[in-house]
Amino acid sequence: MQTLTINDQPTPVDADPETPLLWVLRDHLGMTGTKFGCGKALCGACTVHIDGAPVRSCSVSLAAVANAKIVTIEGLSKDRSHPVQRAWIEFDVPQCGYCQSGQIMSAVALLARTKAPTDADIDAAMAGNICRCGTYARIRAAIHRAVELSRATA
Amino acid sequence: MIVDGVLDAGGARDAGVAHEAGVAHEAGGALEARAACAGADRRQFLRAAARVGGGLVLALVLPACAPKRAASGISGAGGASGTGAGGAAGGQVNAWLKIAGDNTITVLVDRSEMGQGVYTALPTLLAEELEVPLTAIRIEAAPVGDAYINVGNGGQVTGTSNSVSDAWDKLRLAGARARTMLIASGAEAWGVQPADCRVESGTVVNARGERLTYGQLAEAAAKRPVPKDVPLKPTAKFSLIGRSLPRLDTPDKCDGSAEFGIDVRRPGMLYATLAQSPVLGGTVKEFDDTAAATLPGVRKILQTPTGVVVVADHFWQAVKAREALKISWHASADTAALDDATIRARLHKTLASDPGKAARADGDVAAALRASSSVHAATYELPLLAHATMEPMNCTAEVTAEGCDLYVGTQVQQMAQAAAAEAAGLPPERVRVHTTLLGGGFGRRLEIDFIPAAVAASKAVGAPVKLIWTREDDMTHDYYRPPASIRLDGAFDAGRKLVAWRFHSVSPSITARFAPDTPDPFDSVVEGAANCPYEIPNLSVNYTRQEIGIGVGYMRSVSHAINCFAIESFMDELAHAAAKDPLVFRTELLENKPRHRRVLQAAAELGGWGRTAAGHHLGLALMEGYTTVIAQVAEISVDQGALKIHKISCAVDCGQMVNPKIVESQITGGIVFGLSTALWGEINVAGGQIRQQNFNTYRVVRQNEMPEIAVQLLPSAEAPGGIGEPSVALVAPALANAIFAATGQRIRALPLAAQKFVKIA
Repeated sequence: MQTLTINDQPTPVDADPETPLLWVLRDHLGMTGTKFGCGKALCGACTVHIDGAPVRSCSVSLAAVANAKIVTIEGLSKDRSHPVQRAWIEFDVPQCGYCQSGQIMSAVALLARTKAPTDADIDAAMAGNICRCGTYARIRAAIHRAVELSRATA
Repeated sequence: MIVDGVLDAGGARDAGVAHEAGVAHEAGGALEARAACAGADRRQFLRAAARVGGGLVLALVLPACAPKRAASGISGAGGASGTGAGGAAGGQVNAWLKIAGDNTITVLVDRSEMGQGVYTALPTLLAEELEVPLTAIRIEAAPVGDAYINVGNGGQVTGTSNSVSDAWDKLRLAGARARTMLIASGAEAWGVQPADCRVESGTVVNARGERLTYGQLAEAAAKRPVPKDVPLKPTAKFSLIGRSLPRLDTPDKCDGSAEFGIDVRRPGMLYATLAQSPVLGGTVKEFDDTAAATLPGVRKILQTPTGVVVVADHFWQAVKAREALKISWHASADTAALDDATIRARLHKTLASDPGKAARADGDVAAALRASSSVHAATYELPLLAHATMEPMNCTAEVTAEGCDLYVGTQVQQMAQAAAAEAAGLPPERVRVHTTLLGGGFGRRLEIDFIPAAVAASKAVGAPVKLIWTREDDMTHDYYRPPASIRLDGAFDAGRKLVAWRFHSVSPSITARFAPDTPDPFDSVVEGAANCPYEIPNLSVNYTRQEIGIGVGYMRSVSHAINCFAIESFMDELAHAAAKDPLVFRTELLENKPRHRRVLQAAAELGGWGRTAAGHHLGLALMEGYTTVIAQVAEISVDQGALKIHKISCAVDCGQMVNPKIVESQITGGIVFGLSTALWGEINVAGGQIRQQNFNTYRVVRQNEMPEIAVQLLPSAEAPGGIGEPSVALVAPALANAIFAATGQRIRALPLAAQKFVKIA
């Protein structure tokens, strides 16, 4: 039995320490907002924050996050009020929506370290998140919009 | 032909007649079909085959009557909770509408939401006539049911980009009839005439200003006869249709709460993986599970027709146990000998030796080619492609003594039901299909190959089982977009006028596998070619079926994307041969096609045709598909041999639009999809196995690789056309034509990255 800190909650987990964090979240804890896309850190669908950094949870073992602070899509806000979520909703970013948890987590991490990212910053930060529906242009616009919303609420 | 009078026998073969029959009958048809089925105590199977112009042909074995409980509503995306009609005071007014006593209005959407926006667009159609705001609507996925048959596709199918065109009259009529029934119930309650009542914000109001809510009236309304002649609003009166209203599915997709198939959870649920033959089509010869069976969490290991299933407490345990299995496979020697070269050689040989069957023959092409002193020919080649939906294939099955509940992201509810029924040994009516959100469809979820093993596993362990394919499973066991070899011949007369056009494609047939009884030998394979809009007096379109030993499937834009590359590239070749501007050349061949000329001109203007920046070059493509007319201009530069894509401009006439913002998203998304396939899309075969396993080798466009995309939606009074697929097809030819403009190098095969002289910046 191991206790993780997920979305500020101490969360006991009974799983093989080699289990990828993704499957701990999804199967053991029922937190299915974090998605399985590739299992090889190639698509970004499973992106969560570990100590503030965007990490592909499919490729990090349970053992590796024992003492870390983990944030998932479920932990961003209780009411979709995070500026990135608000921007995403305002611009109707998702299509099928499957990759969007990962996209949002990558965008939130970007804005946490770069208050007003340039398009080049966005390219660099978001290149690891694949969207097969092709929502990239709205993702870019929504990130810029989230900057405005963050300023307004700051 | 389909189900107790929903369609008549004559109607199903003819798209036009079938459509009319469906519209005339549908909204009432739900109730009538249910009534007709109520007494049916036997299983009936009906074969439906319907053809829609230029579209998909399906022949499905359909259960005649929907499960009885289906009509009372099993919730969809939520899947696990039967919501019922929301209290005794409410009612299910028709197949698409439930109104609860608390005034909750639920629209049952009978098309699968895979990003294309049907969970918003279809309710908009109904809400328009019901006179309620779109935000008042809740969504539920429709169960399997006869009322939900897509007339154009001959089954309960989400495909062929026809969800809106199929629903356009049907759901507006359903809304209008429901409104009429609610008014009649209100009038009856007050003892006044319906003509003296009106609706306003979800209430019925009488002349004295008294109100009854829809929720108060729904139970009574649901019992009324369905009115026959209900007028629909004229376009000018639309208050919801045509507006870019927010999508109803957006908020849940921004906080992780949206439920895809892979997210379904059932009490006591176990997880499973399926080991399948690395050589395609192979079956299990023998397997040794001694080591795997002892691993933690493993509950059951069983053989199914397609492989070996490992069931465990958790998915990761199932994955690890699968790795410990020792399986030997039976594979056909022919398949095991397949590789890219043998596949290509097979197509080439047939292209050279077989003239194919004619899908269209105008004039006398052979004579025109013989008579011409200016004849041009080229052969184009397209590779196999994988769908690569973001959500890998998965299915959750719960088999009990009572029946089977299937939780699945599917584009084919009836086929899913039939597949589960067969695997469970149950009659279809005892399989309840709960359609979840789809994490991408693209045609991959028209297949049911990921369903039976989940059902077999659940039956074997007596618990709900969620079976998930890994990305590698998904990529190496797809039904791939077929490869094709296409030869085109064109000839000019002495005045440089194009007088002959011969199109001959060689490719495996998707439909021959998917629906073997389909009477039409061509189906989707000549789409975009047989309806080629160019006015050429001698024009032929031929197809030769050449199987390659690998299962092929429908993939977004299907054969349009194959044929359009050849047709629009060759059109560009001919324009250059005639020393004409490609825009002018095409326009001259569209003398009697004002709709096409308008779209072409709009794309040219949007793309800056004739006023290109220094060092930039343009390529053009035009297509009619899914009754939409669409054109694209690609703007590129080539710097030191490296291709840079600056902008894709796209003009579209897709007829009347329900939600322009969603239309634009679909057009843009299709362009991104087409860009991935044009640049990198290729599935390679070696020893009968698929070489690509994941996104590192099956490359798709990422944020940092996006060009600017500009979309212009042209106002149009035409009937609603498809928007999910057409834009995919034009990207490759527009790019290839731009590359020719820039370099003089003609590209006749895809993907671009595999061509020797293309380096992608």
